[in-house]
Amino acid sequence: MLLIPCPWCGPREEGEFAPGGEGHIRRPEPQAASDQDWAEYLYYRTNPKGLHFERWVHAAGCRRWFNVARDTVTHEIRAVYKMSENRPEGL
Amino acid sequence: MPPQPFRLPQGGRIDRSRSLAFTFNGRRYDGHPGDTLASALLANGVALVARSFKYHRPRGVMSAGAEEACAFVQLGEGARSDPNCRATQIELFDGLTAASLNCWPNVQLDFGVVSDRLHRLLPAGFYYKTFMWPRRGWLTYEKLIRRAAGLGRAPSEPDPDRYEKRFAHADLLIAGGGPAGLAAALAAGRTGARVILADENGEFGGQLLWRDAEIDGEPALRWVERSLAELSSLPEVRLLPRSTVAGYYDHNFLTVLERVTDHLSPFAAPTATPRQRLWKVRARQVVLATGAIERPLVFINNDLPGIMLAGAAQAYIRRHAVRPGGRAVIFTNNDSAYETVAALSEAGVAITAVIDARAGDTAAAEACLRRGIEVLRGHAVIDASGGHALREVTVAPLDGSATALAGAASTLRCDLLCVSGGWSPTVHLFSQSGGKLAFDAASGCFIPGESRQAERSAGAARGSFDLAACLAEGHAAGLAAARAAGFAGPDSPPPQAPAQAMSPIRPLWEVPSPHQGRRDRKFVDLQNDVTAADIALAAREGYRSVEHTKRYTTAGMGVDQGKTGNLNTLAILAGETQGAIPAVGTTTFRPPYTPVTIGALAGRGVGDFYDPVRKTPMSPWHEARGAVFEPVGKWRRPLYYPGPGEGMEAAVRRECLAVRNAVGLCDASTLGKIDIKGRDAVTLLDRVYTNSWGSLAIGRCRYGLMLKDDGMVFDDGVTTRLGERHYLMTTTSGHAEAVFGWLEEWLQCEWLGLDVYLTSVTTHWATAMLAGPRAREVLAAAGTDIDTSRAGSPYMTVREGHVAGIPARLFRVSFTGELSFEINVPARYGLALWETLMAAGAAFGIEPIGTEALHVLRAEKGYIVVGHDTDGTVTPYDLGMGWIVDQKKPDFIGKRGLRRSDLVRTGRRQLVGLLTDDPAQIIPEGSQIVRSGASLAATPVPMLGHVTSSYWSPALQRSIAMALIEGGQDRQGEAVEAVLPDRTLRAVIGTSRFYDPEGVRLHG
Repeated sequence: MLLIPCPWCGPREEGEFAPGGEGHIRRPEPQAASDQDWAEYLYYRTNPKGLHFERWVHAAGCRRWFNVARDTVTHEIRAVYKMSENRPEGL
Repeated sequence: MPPQPFRLPQGGRIDRSRSLAFTFNGRRYDGHPGDTLASALLANGVALVARSFKYHRPRGVMSAGAEEACAFVQLGEGARSDPNCRATQIELFDGLTAASLNCWPNVQLDFGVVSDRLHRLLPAGFYYKTFMWPRRGWLTYEKLIRRAAGLGRAPSEPDPDRYEKRFAHADLLIAGGGPAGLAAALAAGRTGARVILADENGEFGGQLLWRDAEIDGEPALRWVERSLAELSSLPEVRLLPRSTVAGYYDHNFLTVLERVTDHLSPFAAPTATPRQRLWKVRARQVVLATGAIERPLVFINNDLPGIMLAGAAQAYIRRHAVRPGGRAVIFTNNDSAYETVAALSEAGVAITAVIDARAGDTAAAEACLRRGIEVLRGHAVIDASGGHALREVTVAPLDGSATALAGAASTLRCDLLCVSGGWSPTVHLFSQSGGKLAFDAASGCFIPGESRQAERSAGAARGSFDLAACLAEGHAAGLAAARAAGFAGPDSPPPQAPAQAMSPIRPLWEVPSPHQGRRDRKFVDLQNDVTAADIALAAREGYRSVEHTKRYTTAGMGVDQGKTGNLNTLAILAGETQGAIPAVGTTTFRPPYTPVTIGALAGRGVGDFYDPVRKTPMSPWHEARGAVFEPVGKWRRPLYYPGPGEGMEAAVRRECLAVRNAVGLCDASTLGKIDIKGRDAVTLLDRVYTNSWGSLAIGRCRYGLMLKDDGMVFDDGVTTRLGERHYLMTTTSGHAEAVFGWLEEWLQCEWLGLDVYLTSVTTHWATAMLAGPRAREVLAAAGTDIDTSRAGSPYMTVREGHVAGIPARLFRVSFTGELSFEINVPARYGLALWETLMAAGAAFGIEPIGTEALHVLRAEKGYIVVGHDTDGTVTPYDLGMGWIVDQKKPDFIGKRGLRRSDLVRTGRRQLVGLLTDDPAQIIPEGSQIVRSGASLAATPVPMLGHVTSSYWSPALQRSIAMALIEGGQDRQGEAVEAVLPDRTLRAVIGTSRFYDPEGVRLHG
């Protein structure tokens, strides 16, 4: 049971959140995208062991989406940041 | 026999002034407050407590705590009966009843013991090997095997007790209230930190409750008392007795099961108090002071009643004032059992000899010899005998490697054998926390290694078995935890105890047998009846992984989860596979540490609170009318309204015909409603729907289809433009939350610049759907200031005004193909509106309409239901709804997805109508469709598709169906067969617009 620091509400129980999978997935320009591009956007994910950038929504709280940098082995949350922000450096 | 013949005349932590009557296996006994069921049974001379799981061997009490692997009982009777309870952890109360598990007709004369005589036929993996054939037979075998297996019975009545959950935040949670835990609590509590100290026993003190020890120059129990008094006085410290820290999860989240009233008679427990309370604790820091568990030794017949862990014997004497036997032998490979020798002597138990596996001189052995107690050094107990109780043991000298015997055997008479194979730190919680275990070769046990969470182990849980070290480590861990949690309060001197010099342990995982090649009964898992020979057999059969061996032999898979047996098991496996113990590794420690009742996990979430039901404002009317309900998401919607003596079929037919011929009223309040405002509202609609929205005028409604970005249909509904920048979107009932969440996700994650505001207004409005040719007349009778004429309220418009004097939005939309008004009123008026419309409609033959009739009516029109006719693999083109996809728009969700190669290929399954040749036959929904005339003998039969919707149409007086069929839109007129279990039904593909295909009727 994770304790997730919502950027708006502070630390809250995992049960208040819903995971949204990997973050920073770029939606390709639809006109230019090949089938392969579109398939990668829809289905291909990195699934790393270790540091993972993902997005969560505080579904039973402020209902805001935000980014989370989480270690998939230790579940340590290294950073949370807003949707408009870039991946933090040096994690 | 006198009452409690084995009760010591003085000493112990029992209250002799009060007697507690209890019943075991139908016989009445007495005990005292301070007893456990196990200690009270021992005091009464009841040695035979249970029968073992597989071989039905007689078993007694082998421990004094959570690790018990033998003395399992069924506690209580009727609805409060609890299966598989450890007698060693049941605090005695007046009126307690308990019974042995796994015996018939009784524990003395158990016919199941025949399986013990047949043990050679029941090796490891017996069930897997034997009951493989015929495969069907398993269904029968399983029932018989389960009946023979030694588990308790779950009560069949509802649980009469109440359970609570409680959330707590702590700076420090300490698991275990022995010397290390108490020292940690004092050190941390004095800094002002918020501390929770939980211990599974009714009394704090851990082993100090029964060990002869001194702390700070006074008897250890005095120190315990003073410590508890001080801790109770600290406002931020909470003491939780009878509370097991059961699970350690991520981010220092732990569950604690508090047994609030289990130690009281159910009739004496305060009624306002829950039986158990499940604490969910988020702790900044954790100290694990969970102590250690003594290991049994593995020799022939080591499971007889009368064979007990040495520490347990000491606990029964000193804590419970029970003499666990009359004549004792002690068998050990380490120093700790010598404390038991002293305790036995004090209790007047005759000691035949101490059998010490260690060959050399030790100070402890010397002390025994000086007191005239015989010590056989370098010896082992190799066999035990007796029927229902221990009578004698056989001892023999060990050779230097401890793998063979080095001399002649002799027998010693005794009725008690105290064994100690060393101590294993209780690393369960540490391991659950994700920490890595390390093998300590000197102590022959696994100890906490690298931590992963904010926790510290202290004392015996860390492999420090000396009291002075326990106190020092507990203090240090408590203080460090408080500091880490940000508390700078004062440090205090740690409690002191004299250091003890200990001689090293001699590892002895399996005592050698006197003869080669026999399948001796040397038990490693006493609960599941797994022997050393079973482990060896598994190794010979190729099992190397400890996890596989565990599952194959069932070692460690009992209720006790192998607390005493697991290390012996894997050490024997290591020996058989010529590996090292740390290389074999341990099996995974999973929560809970000891079983948690389902009641505690459920808490108050039972009955009506199990899964909350959403009800519309009109629900009371539906219930009074006797509606039959169906779940739709969390909603409960009327499925149909049966008349007197009417079944579903007749009711649905009546409801359908009312809509086609007169008028019907349907509660559509559950439809999802999303209020959309903002400068860019229309842009949002253009992006999430496949069609265009810029041209929609204020006051007009439009149907829309939503896709996911893979091009598949996700939801549909009607959206209405209420103002310049104001829209109301409706969604399907079951998908309202999903659609709302979907829009929010896109707005927050992808389209951050859009000026759009969403509000879920589903439950703000009650919706009554009035449908049928006489709908206008009903509205007029109910009274409305809205012009409901064809010109005043054309199809797909909204008008605002009043209906029956209630402020209302009147939507001219139709899901039935008839003239239809969806009347939205503020939710609090919903019931009044409904009742007024029903009364006003009586003269026009109005009927309430359930969801089943609604589905029939829409299917007659060929309207889809998302999730019924679609399944996440269906595109708008598959549905024949290409007309709603505006390819001229630069983009919308799903547009690019629709161009993917698999979505544009020919031969995709497409939605079509199906009419059976025999109009009276209804194809079951889900039926597979095959080519007409296809041979069903040549398997696999190529499937063309399946039926998604199928009903009896009262308006058409025949069956109708919709189906997804390969290339279906090009197969118009083609005959196919629907495959039923016993026959096929021939049908012809056609349009799915079965009724009023020109759509004349919906204009009224």
